[in-house]
Amino acid sequence: MESNRRKFLKVAGISALGIAGAKPVLNAFASEQEEEAQHADVEIRKNEKALTARQWAMVIDTRKLQSEEDLKPIIEACHKTHNVPDVMDTENAEYDEDNQRHVIKWIWEEEYKHAFPTKSTEFLDDRLKNLPFLVLCNHCENPPCVRVCPTKATFKREDGIVLMDFHRCIGCRFCMAACPYGSRSFNFRDPREFIKDEDRNPEFPTRMKGVVEKCNFCAERLAVGKQPACVEASNGAIAFGDLYDPESEVRQLLKSNYTIRRKQGLGTGPAIYYIV
Amino acid sequence: MPRQMYDKGKIVAGLVIFVIIATFPFWYNIGKAAPAPELKLTDKAKAEKECVMSVTDMKAGHMQLLDEWRDEVVRSANRLYVNSKGKSFNMSLSNTCLDCHSNKADFCDKCHDYASVRPYCWDCHIDNPKATEEAKE
Repeated sequence: MESNRRKFLKVAGISALGIAGAKPVLNAFASEQEEEAQHADVEIRKNEKALTARQWAMVIDTRKLQSEEDLKPIIEACHKTHNVPDVMDTENAEYDEDNQRHVIKWIWEEEYKHAFPTKSTEFLDDRLKNLPFLVLCNHCENPPCVRVCPTKATFKREDGIVLMDFHRCIGCRFCMAACPYGSRSFNFRDPREFIKDEDRNPEFPTRMKGVVEKCNFCAERLAVGKQPACVEASNGAIAFGDLYDPESEVRQLLKSNYTIRRKQGLGTGPAIYYIV
Repeated sequence: MPRQMYDKGKIVAGLVIFVIIATFPFWYNIGKAAPAPELKLTDKAKAEKECVMSVTDMKAGHMQLLDEWRDEVVRSANRLYVNSKGKSFNMSLSNTCLDCHSNKADFCDKCHDYASVRPYCWDCHIDNPKATEEAKE
């Protein structure tokens, strides 16, 4: 097509008219936004009873947790509250020995030499050798899982809890590789097959196939002023509180007892302390 | 410059056939549009009269509301929502929304099917909390 000044001016003029004509359309969009702004007089805040802290921490008194029998009700309380599937339930129709690969655990028991490999010696005293340790997510102060998560599905919350946003998890399992404590489990299968209808807690969501899950320090219970489920079920063997509040129960216990942490040398700053 | 078209007949016939085939789904389905679904409210939802926002706002924007709630609850630990009328709600799909709207098949699904959207909320959130509680008893 032949191009000259006359044609160019024509097109430019029409374009300018078009832009002017678009103004009412833009105005309509703007007024829609104003309508939305009318809904802005809503308020979003915390529940008055919510517990807050700078860094939540836990002190587990292993002197009060002598045997498997002592740990069982604690683990059960947690797993029932959070709809954690029991893939090793022999009564389940889907049971298979192979399901061991698909075990989901938020809080579980571990031997001393596995929980504290850096502190274990060849000739360990009988008490520690046979004592079952309660282990869970350490809600590290410097969590490696958070650093590696490509979608920010796992993050460190204001109050120190390392939380999962299951909605955003893409199931890449980088966090599982990064966590030095094995605190994270992956849902290789639909977990609902392994949660009995009568056992499930309707107030807490289940997970779906393809997401990673772990202990959430009972964020949903702290929000309504309750202590974590494991603390409640422990008969005083587990203390919970703010690590940076000198008056808190955990600080009092840390002051008066010798405590150890798991793989402290890695620099992750685990917030679960053990009195041994 | 004189303009001319070779094989005019064939091309026009081909175009007509193409247009007919391409628009087939439209004229084939004329007058067959599914009627808009009628929602059934549970007694509890009826008694409440108004939801978190007005009905029109809920119809148009419940997904944005839920999205906002999710981020506030999970990321900022804010769980209380006070609406413009001063009524407060626990921001929870499982415990607030689905407590009133416990009839997923007659409420949620009807519109979602009609609009052909497949939200996967219920893969995790248990759809009828009360039925579970009743089963327990």
